[in-house]
Amino acid sequence: MAIDQFIANEVKSNDVVLFMKGTPQFPMCGFSGQVVQILDYLGVPYKGLNVLENDELRNGIKTYSNWPTIPQLYVKGEFVGGCDIVREMFQAGELLSLMKENGVPVKDSAPAA
Amino acid sequence: MPMNANDIEKLIKAGIPDAEVTIRDLAGDGDHYAATVIAESFRGKSRVQQHKLVYDALKAQMGGELHALALQTGLPER
Repeated sequence: MAIDQFIANEVKSNDVVLFMKGTPQFPMCGFSGQVVQILDYLGVPYKGLNVLENDELRNGIKTYSNWPTIPQLYVKGEFVGGCDIVREMFQAGELLSLMKENGVPVKDSAPAA
Repeated sequence: MPMNANDIEKLIKAGIPDAEVTIRDLAGDGDHYAATVIAESFRGKSRVQQHKLVYDALKAQMGGELHALALQTGLPER
């Protein structure tokens, strides 16, 4: 399967997908780690894909989104942003709203936006 | 190879002429920077679109020579 088809399939078959360096349990980059912390805080179920394990994926995801950096967060197949945008949205309460609008379950204890 | 903050600022301003650029060297190693870019031309654009304009201005440097750039974009206060 071509890498762009693999990526398209992943972001369409999982509500929330994070392309990252390392894994949610062991992030290998501070930027990836920040997004993991935010998603864990919100209690959002997500699939983490480690680009360090696969060079084709590491390059393919940058082409797929036309975005030069990793991490990259996708919700319902749509590219949301990298670490800085995710953090800004989280701080503004917009990330929680985005998850709720898309029917993604969040932890009850997450503060209302 | 590290980049210096002036080069980053020049590249961003070349791509976004009305940008006000502030750069901080986070680790002092010429490799980890934080940039704030304020531009009227961002008005009406989403955050992803605004960041893409900055990345486009930095062209191939991003992710290559420039390992880490924490980016914040915004509109000038009127």
